[in-house]
Amino acid sequence: MGITVVRPGMLTTVQDGGRYGAQHLGVPVGGPMDWWCHEAANRLAGNGPDAATLEVTLIGPELELSRTTIAAVVGANFALTLTGSRSGHASGRSVAMNQAFLIEAGDRLAFGERTAGARAYVAFAGGVAVPPVMGSRATHVKAALGGHDGRALQRDDVLPLGATARQRAEAASAIDVPHLSGAAPDVLRAPAMLRAIEGPEGAPAAFWDAVFTISPQSDRMGYRLDGPALAAPGDQLSSGVTMGTVQVTPSGTCVLLMADRATSGGYARAASVITADLPRAGQLAPGDTVTFCRVTPDEAGEALAATIARLPPAPA
Amino acid sequence: MDAPRVDALGDAAVVVTFDTALSEAANDRALALAADLRAAPLRGAVRDIVPAIASVVVHLDPRATRVEQVLDELRARASTIPKFFPVEYPRSDSEPGIFNREQFRVHEIPVRYGGEAGPDLDDVAAFAGVSAPEVIARHAAALYRVYMLGFLPGFAYLGQVDPSIAAPRRSTPRQAVPAGSVGIAGRQTGVYPRTSPGGWQVIGRTTVSMFDAAAGRSLLEPGDRVRFVPERG
Repeated sequence: MGITVVRPGMLTTVQDGGRYGAQHLGVPVGGPMDWWCHEAANRLAGNGPDAATLEVTLIGPELELSRTTIAAVVGANFALTLTGSRSGHASGRSVAMNQAFLIEAGDRLAFGERTAGARAYVAFAGGVAVPPVMGSRATHVKAALGGHDGRALQRDDVLPLGATARQRAEAASAIDVPHLSGAAPDVLRAPAMLRAIEGPEGAPAAFWDAVFTISPQSDRMGYRLDGPALAAPGDQLSSGVTMGTVQVTPSGTCVLLMADRATSGGYARAASVITADLPRAGQLAPGDTVTFCRVTPDEAGEALAATIARLPPAPA
Repeated sequence: MDAPRVDALGDAAVVVTFDTALSEAANDRALALAADLRAAPLRGAVRDIVPAIASVVVHLDPRATRVEQVLDELRARASTIPKFFPVEYPRSDSEPGIFNREQFRVHEIPVRYGGEAGPDLDDVAAFAGVSAPEVIARHAAALYRVYMLGFLPGFAYLGQVDPSIAAPRRSTPRQAVPAGSVGIAGRQTGVYPRTSPGGWQVIGRTTVSMFDAAAGRSLLEPGDRVRFVPERG
C-alpha cells in the first residue's frame, strides 16, 4: 500500500536530508541535489524537514497512489497531469507545480514536458516511508545504501507512505522558487552564478574569471566542468570534501562535487559553493554554463539566512 | 609543517591540516584531534568528524553554526595536539578511553592470493621482479595502519606497502572488482567492501565482511592495524 511506480522516469530516487554521522567510516552523505526544493515540497505537504521525498531528474515518472493524500511537487518546471476516475477526471487534469494538491486513492500523477531546471521533488503527506539505513532514507546508488533497495526506482516498485493526519491541502497559491524564477529555456540562459568560498589549496585567478560548461560526464556525485585548463596544483593527500567543493584534477579540469560525492578526495580544493547556492547548482544539467563568484564566510551566512527566509512557512 | 593550518572548507566545514606529506606522526595527530573532538565536543552543531591521512574535516550544520564560530576554538584545540604524538589516544567514540599503541585493535584478515581471486598477482610479481609467492610473503609480512576510510563505506586505506611490490594502479580500471578483493595501489593496500569499479591491482580476495550497513558498522576504523594471513590451498 502506498506509491506504485508506473513509469520510473530517468532517475527517480528517494531522498531525505542525507546520511550524516558516519563519514569517518567512508559512508557518503547523499541527500537532495536541491535542498531548498526538497524542503519546500515537504513544507507544502505538511511534513517535517526529515521526511523523505522523491527526487525526479530531467524526465519524470508516473506514480499511482493507493491512498488519498496531500502532495506537492517543487523544483524544475514540469507539466503535471493527475488522472483518476474516482476524483472525476478520468481524462486527466493538469495540476500546478509548487503548490499542494489532493491525490485520491487510485489517482495517477504523471510528469510531462520540462521547461526549466533539472530536478523536482515530490513530497507526500507522511513522507516516503522506506526503512531508514544508518539513520537516513536517502538513496546512494553507488554505495547501494538506503531508499528503495539502494537503487533508483523501477517500474512496478511499491513504496510505503508514512502515516499522516493531514486531510486537505493548506496553501492556496503556488510558491515562487527563487533560484528558478524567470528561468528561460536552456539555450537563452546566462551562466548560472554560484557564490563560493576559496578553498584551502587556493584558486587561481583564472578560476574566478572562467565560464564553465557542465559536461555530459556529470551525475549526482559531481559535475565535470568543461572550460579553461587551470594551473594544476598536483595531487594532494586525501582529505575530506563537502557538497559544493570544486576540485582541480592534475590535468587542470575542475569537478564540482555534488550530493553523492565520496567522503574524501585527493585533489586540490579550489573553492566550495556556499550552502545558499547549492540549490541553484542542483538545478543544472549537462550543457548549462556556470561561473563562480568569491564571497566571504560572513556573506555566505547572510545569503543562507535570506534563502531560508524564502521557504514557505513550516507546518504548524 | 609544525603549526596546524585551520581553513574554512566552504560555509559548512572546517579543515585542520597537520601536514602535506604522509607520515605516521601526522596521521597520529589527525586521529588524536578527531578523538579529542569526540570526547569533548566543539561548541557548535557538528554533523561529522572525518580524520584523513594528515587532516581532519569537521562538518557543521550551517543553519545552526557558522564556520567563523568554531575557527578559533579549533585552532586552540589543534595546537594542543603534540607534534610527535606520544603513542596514546582514544580509539573511537564507541570505546572511549586511552589506549597504548600496543593495545590498538589488530585485525587478521585471511586472504586467498592469486588465481581467480587475485588476477593481478602475476603482474605485481613482474613489476617487483620476484616470484608470486614472494609478493604474497611481502604483502602478508607487514602490519598495516588504517590511515583513513573513504571511497566506499568500509573501505580502509592501509599503509605502507613494501616499496618493492608497490605497483601503480592498473592503466585501465575494471568495471567490477568483486567484493572482498584485496588490492595494491602504490604503497597503499585495501579491501573492496563491495563489488564496484576500481583500478587497484587485485592480488587476492577475502570472505570477511568489511561493512555492515544494517548495523552501520565498519570492520576497520581509523587507527586500527591490519595483518593479511595467506589461506592455504
